Amino acid sequence: MTKLIIDGKEIDVPAEYTLLQACEAAGAEIPRFCYHERLSIAGNCRMCLVEVKGGPKPVASCAWGVRDCRPGPNGEPPQISTRSPMVKKAREGVMEFLLINHPLDCPICDQGGECDLQDQAMGYGVDTSRFAENKRAVEDKYLGALVKTSMNRCIQCTRCVRFSAEICGAPEMGATGRGEDMEITTYLESALTSELQGNLVDICPVGALTSKPYAFAARPWELGKTQSIDVMDAVGSAIRVDTRGREVMRILPRFNGAVNEEWISDKTRHIVDGLRTQRLDRPYIRENGALRPASWPEAFKAIAAKVKGTDGKRIGAVAGDLAAVEELFALKDLLSKLGSVNMAVQGGDAFNPARGRASYIFNPTIAGIEQADALLIVGSNPRKEAAILNARIRKRWRTGQLKIGVIGERADLTYEYDYLGAGADSLADLAAGKNKFLDALKGANYPIVLVGGAATSRPDGAAILAAAAKLAVDIGGLNDDWNGFAVLHDAASRVGALDLGFVPGKGGLNAGRMTAPGGLDVLFSLGADEIKVPDGVFVVYIGTHGDAGAHRADVILPGAAYTEKTGIYVNTEGRVQMANRASFPPGEAREDWAIIRALSEMLGKTLGYDSLAALRQAMFKTVPHLMRIDQIEAGDIRAIKDLVGKGGSIEKSPFKPAIDDYYLTNPIARASAVMAECSRLASGRMLTAAE
Amino acid sequence: MSVRRLAPKEQQPECFAFSEENLAWAKKQIAQYPEGREASASIAILWRAQEQNGGWISEAAIRVVADMLDMPYIRMLEIATFYTMFQLQPVGKKAHIQVCGTTPCRLRGAEDILAVCKSRIHHEPFHLSKDGDFSWEEVECLGACVNAPMVLIWKDTYEDLTKENFGKVLDGFASGQPPKPGPQIDRQFSAPVGGPTTLNTAAAKGEGRSRGGVQPALTDADAKKPTDSASRRESPAPKPPADDATKKGKT
Repeated sequence: MTKLIIDGKEIDVPAEYTLLQACEAAGAEIPRFCYHERLSIAGNCRMCLVEVKGGPKPVASCAWGVRDCRPGPNGEPPQISTRSPMVKKAREGVMEFLLINHPLDCPICDQGGECDLQDQAMGYGVDTSRFAENKRAVEDKYLGALVKTSMNRCIQCTRCVRFSAEICGAPEMGATGRGEDMEITTYLESALTSELQGNLVDICPVGALTSKPYAFAARPWELGKTQSIDVMDAVGSAIRVDTRGREVMRILPRFNGAVNEEWISDKTRHIVDGLRTQRLDRPYIRENGALRPASWPEAFKAIAAKVKGTDGKRIGAVAGDLAAVEELFALKDLLSKLGSVNMAVQGGDAFNPARGRASYIFNPTIAGIEQADALLIVGSNPRKEAAILNARIRKRWRTGQLKIGVIGERADLTYEYDYLGAGADSLADLAAGKNKFLDALKGANYPIVLVGGAATSRPDGAAILAAAAKLAVDIGGLNDDWNGFAVLHDAASRVGALDLGFVPGKGGLNAGRMTAPGGLDVLFSLGADEIKVPDGVFVVYIGTHGDAGAHRADVILPGAAYTEKTGIYVNTEGRVQMANRASFPPGEAREDWAIIRALSEMLGKTLGYDSLAALRQAMFKTVPHLMRIDQIEAGDIRAIKDLVGKGGSIEKSPFKPAIDDYYLTNPIARASAVMAECSRLASGRMLTAAE
Repeated sequence: MSVRRLAPKEQQPECFAFSEENLAWAKKQIAQYPEGREASASIAILWRAQEQNGGWISEAAIRVVADMLDMPYIRMLEIATFYTMFQLQPVGKKAHIQVCGTTPCRLRGAEDILAVCKSRIHHEPFHLSKDGDFSWEEVECLGACVNAPMVLIWKDTYEDLTKENFGKVLDGFASGQPPKPGPQIDRQFSAPVGGPTTLNTAAAKGEGRSRGGVQPALTDADAKKPTDSASRRESPAPKPPADDATKKGKT
């Protein structure tokens, strides 16, 4: 620790801090453009100048180490001033230079109102320009479907260049030319390929990079802001949903150091237009093979007529990827009242929650990846299944302390890894010691065995899970202070459903058998769009979008999307998080739990709660840890040891990717024109690569 | 300085491949750097690519060099657009003339040289002459201010230029017999015009005394050879002063 005197206040900071960090620790606010906590230091905007006593010039605090400060003549701690007239004058000079070539676009700039340059110009800018010459003009660049450019506004902080190289792991952006003519671009203006590129817009301190889909849509001060949780993948990124009236205008990340830091994936950010299109806004009933609009009572009556004559054992329910625990709980209640134990969540057949929580969650936690020193990825492409988590793996890998091995799809994961094989037999070979990587795993203090969707979605998923658990046990990955068995889910609803026990009861059918021909007579589909229901089954679809599930449905009950209801979601690490309502469901659509509650009454099996609060109370009684928001109920490692040897035999075929098209994984994304455009660009890339 | 862009698509060749000799040379360059730091060789290799490609860098060459060094294309584009020594559009087949336009040359008549370029080659820089043999540009100081004004053609400088003798230099390149590099008037390197003005007494020249074979620190043979790059010298290594403080073993 080093002593400093900042603005007359003595403070003790670690020697490896930069002056900027030290000043922040002392409570001083330092303006900056190029400096960003999660990126390397460039030191080129010069806005963070401070005065170090004894020095002839102000120094750029972001690039000046605390240990570079010299003590005073009598050994007193270095004195730094962040508010002296010299500092103010220096920063005003920098600001004047920055504004020389910055156009006065604020009234038509999308960044207006949330622009770093605008804000800091209020503090350090002057009201007139002394620059009589022509301003620099820069051509706008094409960067793909998500990032709009307005390059006259660029102040060349190079944050975007560093972000794409360091965080995205796709070094596509660069600064060509030099001096005044430096331009930010991609190679020959090719589209960006990263699935984190939306963050470029956040990271740009000015309006040079703005969101293309959101261009000229709204002003920040006219938006209602709701803190919520993302459900596009099982990471549960913290988001802020911005609404105008009842329309969701955009989605931005919120900081959550334990989950998404401050990034969100493109799917999280840009499915906004999918929330508006293809929406189910009234109930429908299938008559003579065609769906016709109906009223709620009509729809309920049609269901009641069918259900009342059906044996409970021939009724089942499958939950989709986006269901919150409240509606899962209500549906489970309803089904048990109907005498059915046939319930499952999409893609959850490999898991048995009865074994304990540790057997199906990401035990090491996402933040724990930064502690790990060896990682085995089994049947997963984290870049597609959980892009934010992949960024965390890359972050750890960049420190040089993480060795990574991959079994499964050989994809570009933005970091280097040892490729160990394509299928489950490679896992067996590894466990048998036929690969050197086993030594790396065994030698690691904090190893992680990550099992992903490509492994667990197979019919033999349970067996692969068990084999991975055995490996985790064998390499010593489980002890009192480290649990290295990690299941990476790709659907937001899955861990919640498993927590609730939304799985087949005794003698019940799982999702695979429910959708097999002759399995059921009546199927409740809670937004399950990725299943194929055989003919002859009466399907009640409770969902939001006119997607595959709705096309197959016999009765459609319009539900609320995740921005339109408050709901509890459990992310892949088992963290309980609450999504909040930002707007209202369209038309006659209702919140899903309320639909199920109303339906129960029509079926004569009234559920015992009339409000969301009452439902939650009942739910917390059965699953208490769901009430501990933003906490993880740690799993018992015995559950993993219990997993070993279970699950039957393993097929040798290679793992097939769990996600074909990252941009089109759920009904909201499939309804989004922006996601369709991204998907088209991405597939075009693959075509070019194949040529 | 102006915005530097790659040449338009019509001018870009489809592909670029190093000649065998250059490829071997490039591999030697890469081997000079430790593993993981191969990108350090990028400027040297890119420049060699420029030489092979007739004096300019094509888009294909950027990709080839980037692939060779395992660098993203954009990084190589950054390098190629940053350094003005890389020409991004085709240059004259026989000569690309870089006229120094910085203060000393300007004061000694660079304007005349530019005027010759404009009238004989093209009125705009970076444009080929009608026959495609010549092109010109104005550059910043090339470090031969003593012999101002001067131009750089390929790797050689032509100094002490006037309208007349610069015209002869151009004629020489046009006819395929370039003149001798260096001063185009009667002087040796940067020595005074018309011979030495100091140390020209007999004693100073060492006449009448035996010098025991002591050679001057640099001889004419050490100077840069025409068409060689400036980094290549005949003397194997620079000679340190007799009693060098950096010498090892000295306490």
